[in-house]
Amino acid sequence: MEETILDEAPLLELRAISKSFPGVRALTNMCLTVRRGTVHVICGENGAGKSTLVKIINGLNQPDEGEIRINGEKVVIPNPIVARSYKISMIFQELNYIPEMTVQEALFLGVEPVNRFGKIDWKTIRARAAALLAEEGLSYDPTTKLKDLSVSDIQMLEILKAVSQDASIIIMDEPTSAITTKEVDRLFAKIAELKARGAAIIYISHRLGEIFRIADDISVMRDGMLVETRPAKDFNIDTVIQLMVGRSIDNVFPPRVACEIGPTVLDVQDLSDGAKFAGVDFHLRTGEIVGFSGLMGAGRTEVVRALFGLDPYTAGTVRVHGLDVRIKTVKDSIDLNIAMLSEDRRRYGLVPVRSIKENIGLASLEKFIRGGYLHRDQERQMISSICDRMRVKAPNLETSVDALSGGNQQKVVFAKWMLRDPDILILDEPTRGIDVGAKYEIYKIIFELAAEGKAILIISSELPEILGICDRVYVMSKGRITGELGKDEFDQERVMKYATMGTVH
Amino acid sequence: MTTKDTTSRQGASSQTGWIRAGWSSVSSQYSIYLILVVMVVVSSLLSPAFLSVANFSNISRQISITTILAFGETLLIIGGMLDLSCGSVMALSGLLAVLVYKQTGVGVLAMGAGVATGVLCNYINGIAVTVFRTPPFIATLAMLTSAQGAALLLTSGQPVYQLGDFVVWGQGAVLGIPTPDLFVIGITVVTWYILNHSRLGRYIYAIGGNQEAARASGIAIDRIKLQAYLVNGAFVGLAGVLYMSRVNAGLPAAGVGFELDALTSSIIGGVSFSGGIGTAVGTLAGAFIVGFLGNIMNLLGIQSYVQQVIKGAIIVMAVAYDIFSKSRRTRKILGGVQQ
Repeated sequence: MEETILDEAPLLELRAISKSFPGVRALTNMCLTVRRGTVHVICGENGAGKSTLVKIINGLNQPDEGEIRINGEKVVIPNPIVARSYKISMIFQELNYIPEMTVQEALFLGVEPVNRFGKIDWKTIRARAAALLAEEGLSYDPTTKLKDLSVSDIQMLEILKAVSQDASIIIMDEPTSAITTKEVDRLFAKIAELKARGAAIIYISHRLGEIFRIADDISVMRDGMLVETRPAKDFNIDTVIQLMVGRSIDNVFPPRVACEIGPTVLDVQDLSDGAKFAGVDFHLRTGEIVGFSGLMGAGRTEVVRALFGLDPYTAGTVRVHGLDVRIKTVKDSIDLNIAMLSEDRRRYGLVPVRSIKENIGLASLEKFIRGGYLHRDQERQMISSICDRMRVKAPNLETSVDALSGGNQQKVVFAKWMLRDPDILILDEPTRGIDVGAKYEIYKIIFELAAEGKAILIISSELPEILGICDRVYVMSKGRITGELGKDEFDQERVMKYATMGTVH
Repeated sequence: MTTKDTTSRQGASSQTGWIRAGWSSVSSQYSIYLILVVMVVVSSLLSPAFLSVANFSNISRQISITTILAFGETLLIIGGMLDLSCGSVMALSGLLAVLVYKQTGVGVLAMGAGVATGVLCNYINGIAVTVFRTPPFIATLAMLTSAQGAALLLTSGQPVYQLGDFVVWGQGAVLGIPTPDLFVIGITVVTWYILNHSRLGRYIYAIGGNQEAARASGIAIDRIKLQAYLVNGAFVGLAGVLYMSRVNAGLPAAGVGFELDALTSSIIGGVSFSGGIGTAVGTLAGAFIVGFLGNIMNLLGIQSYVQQVIKGAIIVMAVAYDIFSKSRRTRKILGGVQQ
């Protein structure tokens, strides 16, 4: 039996895949072998390249180098339609669905049976959809609209769809992030069934606790490269964590500029938004760099968005410089000398079609437009000096920010807020999607700002980054702060333990 | 470490990318003025009557109304909005101004009433868009219908004649320059000033370019949008007064389709419907291109129905060119970075 399997070529094989995006190297020389009838789990930190990898398999991204083999034959997958013809099916982490579509339409989207005139055969669709739902024990009607279903219902539907299309390679990107424990059990039963049928499942998850229940093979990725592939029985949670985060930190961080930590400037008590986070306590002091660590979806971004006035909070006290304040709008927090760099700089940080000058000036126009008059000289002088300080590399200030690399775009967002000279600076994933060189410069800027006495709060999903630059770290899990570590207690595995608190069974 | 080398090399390669991107942005930025010049040259070759002071003053007077409306549209479209109601609000404003003049005989009062009407209607537009979150397309479409109805209601659909000295607004001249032209020059300067020298302008660009980023920069989105509508309203009201004065009648059914000419001028003038891009001078050039086009087709004796078809084709070509040059630019920039 063992021998016949060895004779056969693996169902899916990726050889030396590399992929770059402007300013980012997402995958380098990535290899992956997925065997028939197995679950292959891929682990890695955020930004390790997992999503890019599965997008290449599904034809959403094209590799720059390397080849894909299915059943030993070299294939090119230019788009998801071709991927489907190779019986590859993907369940996305973020659900993209059309709210007005019915269950049966969603199940047969793109594979609608038609008669010879091209008319969709609704009768067959309805019958088959009803049969599928009944088979899975799902109670809703095939004509229910997706907007009337819960997120977990839709997630199950996606899985059902992949199954119904007779896929032989099924990619699941964080399939359990939105479903309940009971549904996880049902999903795992389904996966077992698919395995028995000979399908292969590529399974991406952060939930280290659950992957060992289903994994046959585990591959750990880091920085767009494969660290190690082994049968699951040769791993345990600790070894996986070690491989995920274990990189040498030498030369990645600039030397820390010496500075004194002063009095508390921001004190947050019992902050809740009634949904995504609750009972959050933390404080910041001048000259201090404090980290928020945790897994994706732990509620870190939601906390700082509420603090910055982008989303409302329902309970809790916020004290800035010892005074009780109530932040309702971004203007409120700007007036309190708080600034925030969002995790999604293209969405919340930049106006891409406008120039560097306009982007940087946007939050501080009162500095050079007074009494309805624009003081051009002052504007140019202020903006070019802040650009020099932030080391923005651009031919001139009129360059559209579209034309800049990710690192330079991030420096433009930094410059925008630095022009206001804030006391409290919130940085949400400040180095996401930025190459190593630019990261180094961003760290340097952060250290300089701390040395000037600013209080800095950093959210980062990269553990080495948090541990490399922070003075103190809070760890969040499921909307709560589960741990606080001083510099002398820094330890990657410890942070990971706090971060997975409540998620490990 | 090698970190430093990598950065400097990247800097050098993207430098060439920038130069190329820079050139293509210059060529696409000024292409509209190039088209304007080519049009003048070609038109004067096609018809000897084209290149004369009389004809040019004729064109500028003809396009003055839609040009002023186009400046309002420019502010709104840059900010990610639009106004479909400007034609009928213009008619309502002009008609009210005429009625006020008939009652009082005071020209300035009439002008004030016209502008106030435009501002009021657009205050309603702005409130519908910002408070009630109605999409601008629908809010201003509703205003188009209502304002049209209101104008017809005012005079039971009857035109008002014998306007006396009211005509100086649209038919007078100062130092030999027709008053509508003076107003166009004035509104061009006002629009240019708003877009380039005021916070309102910077905020409008930011909101149209990326509303979420504007909000995260502390900009009061709704207030700025409302202000843009109010400025548009003042322009529309002014245009109404000039129009009724020029035709020497209060015409309740006037202004039909003017919004389309205004939108055409803005789009041909380089205002991007995706928001965040556009200039006052560009819109002025766009209005002249539309004016020249109509004029030369008239001079050549092309039938007016045919003219409409040609105008439509030109809008599509202008927008297609805009999108084509934008995507080409993006590709070049990305190519430069990836090298």
